[in-house]
Parts: sequence; C-alpha cells; structure tokens
Amino acid sequence: MMKRGSLAVILTLVTVLAILLVLAGLGLSPGPADSTSMPPEEKTGTTAADSGSLRLRQERGRYLAQLANCMGCHTAQGGQPYAGGKELPTPFGTFITSNITPDKQTGIGNWNEQDFWKALHEGKSRDGRPLYPAFPYTEYTKISREDSDAIFSHLQSLAPVAQENPSGRIQFPYNFQPLLSLWRFIYFKPGVYQADSGQSGEWNRGAYLVQGLGHCSACHAERNPLGAVVGAAGGETLGGGQIMGSNWYAPSLTSSFEAGSAGWPLDEIARLLTTGVSLKAATSGPMADVVRQSLQHLTAEDARAMAVYLKSLPESAQPPPPPQAINEQGRAWLERGSAIYEKHCKDCHGSSGEGAPGIYPPLAGNRGVVMTPPVNAIRSILIGGYPPSTSGNPKPYGMPPFAQVLRDDEVAMVLSYIRTAWGNAASLVTRDQVDKSRVGLH
Amino acid sequence: MKTFFLMMAICSIVLAPGAEFAVAAAVDVPDTMAERVKPCVACHGSEGVAGKDSFYPRLAGKPKGYLFNQLRDFRDGRRYYRPMALLLENLSDEYLMEMASHFADLKQPYPPPEPASLTPGEAALARRLIENGDSARNIPACVECHGKALMGTPPFIPGLLGLPRMYMVAQFGAWRSGGLLRGRKADCMSEIGKQLTVEETNALAAWLSSRPVPERDFSVATLAAEMAQRCGDIVRSSAE
Repeated sequence: MMKRGSLAVILTLVTVLAILLVLAGLGLSPGPADSTSMPPEEKTGTTAADSGSLRLRQERGRYLAQLANCMGCHTAQGGQPYAGGKELPTPFGTFITSNITPDKQTGIGNWNEQDFWKALHEGKSRDGRPLYPAFPYTEYTKISREDSDAIFSHLQSLAPVAQENPSGRIQFPYNFQPLLSLWRFIYFKPGVYQADSGQSGEWNRGAYLVQGLGHCSACHAERNPLGAVVGAAGGETLGGGQIMGSNWYAPSLTSSFEAGSAGWPLDEIARLLTTGVSLKAATSGPMADVVRQSLQHLTAEDARAMAVYLKSLPESAQPPPPPQAINEQGRAWLERGSAIYEKHCKDCHGSSGEGAPGIYPPLAGNRGVVMTPPVNAIRSILIGGYPPSTSGNPKPYGMPPFAQVLRDDEVAMVLSYIRTAWGNAASLVTRDQVDKSRVGLH
Repeated sequence: MKTFFLMMAICSIVLAPGAEFAVAAAVDVPDTMAERVKPCVACHGSEGVAGKDSFYPRLAGKPKGYLFNQLRDFRDGRRYYRPMALLLENLSDEYLMEMASHFADLKQPYPPPEPASLTPGEAALARRLIENGDSARNIPACVECHGKALMGTPPFIPGLLGLPRMYMVAQFGAWRSGGLLRGRKADCMSEIGKQLTVEETNALAAWLSSRPVPERDFSVATLAAEMAQRCGDIVRSSAE
C-alpha cells in the first residue's frame, strides 16, 4: 500500500511538472473546454398546467436515477436514501458522499437544473469548484440535458433529509486543487453521448446506457496510478480492471476469457443484468450490489438494448498462456484440494463441477473461476453470499462463507483443484493470494 | 474495507461452461427454505443448532420478529458483524422475514446446560438481577421482558436460556460498547448493559448457561406496556 501510494505521488509530481512545462510552451492555461454544454436556462418554476408533465418528468427521473445508481453511493449502509454519508476509500484518501436530498442547509435544496447539469456534465459544484472524479462525471457527462433535468426533478421531489456529512479525508498532494484541475484538463472531456449513425437505435440506446447512466467503465476498466481510466481518450474502455480501493476484479466485458458476452444469447445477457442470475451465471460482490440497486429496474427494452451493445463489443483479448505443468508437489496440493471439495463443495456444485444452472453456478468451464487474477473466486469462497433479491429472482440460493471454516492454505488448495479439474486449466492458487484477499472481511 | 466505487461496481460475473466441457446432469436442488439457508448453517449448524461450545448462537425456535430484526440490523450495519453484513447485503426485507420464519418454526431440542462455575455469591447476584433488577440504577428485572421462564416474549424478545456462555459474555460486551443496536431510537439493552459491571455480566452469563431449558411452550406471554415503551422501535419495527 505504502509502495503504491508513494509511486502514485511521484508519478503525480512528475506528471505535473511535465504538463506545466508543456503548457508553458504552448501558452495555455488549464481548464476544461466544453463544446457541448448549452447556454444556461434558468427555469423559475412551473405553472399549474405543467404539473401533469412535471409528474411525468419526475417519474422518468426516478427511473433514470435508478439506472445511474445515484442511491448506491449517496446512501450510507442502513442510512436514509440519497442523504449521503457513505465512505469511498481510495488510494488518494477517503471520499464521503454528499446529501442530494432537497434539504436547503445540508442537501441540494438550493440548486437549480443548471447547477445539477454543471455537476453531472462538467464535474463542477454549484460554487464552481472542480469535483473529484470519485463522482463519475467522467461517465455522466454523456447523459443528455433532458435526462439530467429529469433526474434533478426527481431528486427535488424527495422528502428533504437534514443530514450534515463529514467532509472527505483526501491525502496530500491530491487535496491540492490545482492538481485536480490539471487532472481534469488531461483526462476529462465533457460531451454528451453522440449517436453512431451506422448503428441501430437499439444499439445506440444500449451504448448510451452502458457508457453514461450505467457508468460501467467506472469499474470494468483499468485505471492508471492517477485514477484515470486507461484508454479514456478513445476506444473501448471496458477491458476489465481491479476495482479501485477494493479487493474485487471487474472482469473485462470485451474478452471471451472473462465476462465478454459476444457468445451469449441476448435474452441471457438481459436476464443476468435484471435478475442477477442466468442459466449460465450468477452475480456476486459489487456486481450483485449493482443489480439490486440499479439494473433490476431496467425496462425490458432497455435491458435488451444494453445486451445488444455489450454483445457487439469487439473481442480485445489474446488467449491466456497455458498454465505450467504441475509437478509432484502441485499434485499433492490438488489431491488435498479434491478432498476439501468433496467435503464442502460437492453437494451444491456437483461431483463434476456441473452445478445447478440458475441456482448454483457450474464450476466446470466457469470463466469467473479460472480467471486471472483469481481474487473474485477467492473472495466468493471466503465471504460466500447471495445473488441479489430481485423481482425476477426474489429468493436466491446462496454460498456459505468459508473464512471461518477453512484456513488460507485450504482455500488455496480447493480453488487450485477447481481451477484444474473437469477440463479447467488455470494456474494454481497460493496461500499468499488467499491471505491478501482477506482484507476487508472483518 | 476498501470499496472505492463499490456501489457502482460491476464485477465478478461467474460465467458459464463452454461447449468443450462435458455437461453432467445438473445437481438436483430442492425448492425449499431449508436449501436456501444452507449458507447460515455452515456456522449455525444444520437445523439451526450450533454445538454448545460454539460462539455461534442457535437460531432454531427463536422468536420470528427477533430473528428478523437481527437479520436486518446485520445487513444494515446496526448490529455490527461484517461476515453477516456481507452475506446478507443484497437480500430483501421480505426474504429475510421468510428466513426468520423458517428458523423460528424449527423445533429442535436444546443442548444440556453447561456445568455451573459460580460461587454461591455469584449465583445469588445473578438471580437478584434476573428476578428484581436494580431500580437504583434503572435496571429492570430480566424477567420483565425476557419472560418469567426466561424463554422470551414473542415476537421480538429472545429467550436467555440454551445459549453458550461465551456468546452471552460477548453480547454483554457488545451492548456495553453500543455495537448491537446502533442508530435505534430506543437502545434499551445498551442502556442496561452500560449499567452492569463485568462481575455482574459474567455471573449472569454463567448462571443462565447453566440452567436447563424448560420444556413447555412459552409463546403466550406478552410484553408489559411500560417495557414496550422503553424498548421503542425494537418491538415495533417489522416487515409485517
């Protein structure tokens, strides 16, 4: 952690110097340019005749806010919806989300549509301060003005909650505002989603949802040491990555070896997104959160549109290298893993890793199990868990937590066995890998 | 703990077998609550009865409202135990109520009591608190809420017999540190727990765990209005 932190600081400073030199040479000053923002329109209120359309807009805004999963971050565990206070730990410090209920003192009761648009589209607070990209305006900038206004009208229709949240604890040098402005200058370009006229309306709707409201690349993308999505300047950004500040890996959505869906029927993709399970898969960890909070509310049309877009993403991955041959020591390791599997796993996942599709995921040929890094599979064994309760799957079956039952080496053995049995051919897992994955379990 | 972007995260999709893998017949899974609570029994024991030397308390036969409150409080962070919070984080109130119902309806025999390890003075201290409380410190008698037979008052107040001593010691500690009902409007047991001394809680845990569980059914008792008032939303909140 220390090492990674110091590296990031050094890289920051080097980058700053380099950029300042370049800017001096070009005679530029930092500050985002925005070619797509609209002139401010101050709307002062609605007449009685508008109240029907206002209600429609609020209702639409409620749906859009679900798709953008505003509540996911702006609600503390067990807290009042949208009142903020949730901590987001990152390598740059801990951010604490804000209260976005219409309370005038502690929320956004004094904001107007234009203020909200500026935050969503330009990443700037009402007072003009640049916001940290922990608030995913780098993705939300693709949201249309109309949708932004609808989300705002929904938020303003909520009951105000008076809740003052503490300010974040951002570490030096990241708390130095000019650095943030510089970061924005380099990595952030405001702009609403532009439809690709060569694609269908459905595909474009899916792209808009995935890239904008759904902000999938906030997790399913690699980030550089400064927290910027790699490849943000252009091209696909869903190639998978470690979720910043967490012990989960968000698999690539463009790799057939990870979570790419090119080979899936559209219905199965939509089913996974909206119910949390499909015949071939189950969601866990942060993805289960996203399904519960957000994706289960997708209309059938929007779910299908997302599926159409995700399925169309071009393959980005090379086949992983074949694992090394297993020596005698490795075979003994696997033998012990097999015995643990027999005792703890076989009842649900089957003696040949066949599982029960839609209930207990098959392990034979399971990409989530053989993926590199193996962190998600380790986490699933340690903490167990249920896919989310959704209207399509209200009473999911679950996985027991084994952190209290199995030692690190036992988890490593059984997962090594699973990764090499029934046609699976992935690397063995070490005790150290399991130990590292225990962070955040208690 | 590190969960940057956690709530907007998309990750860990467990995916499917390809055609090159032999497909065996799927495991046959019963469509029952017993099957669905398998993750619970890994620690709490099959039939919801953990061993008597276990830290994990039994679930079988506890009042439904009590179990539901615990499940929801674990999920929402009011009762702090991270493994439970992680396990339950994406389950609905309705589903948690079904789980509570499942365990409440299990009728399983209780383990024999633990051997008593109290001095006569400690036993007397425990019995005094249980029967009379201590009005000088505003500590009600345990029996006022937990029932004359100490087997609880449905649907929200749990029984005190048939629990491992170590579990009760840990619970008293958690009440004292406020870790069990954080954010509840009336936090009656924390107020009581903070009044009790370590000697008193140790005596209570030792005495209670040494008592046999009586066999008759206690589900008729009701909570006195004064105590219900003091317990606040613990005895009101429910998904029902």
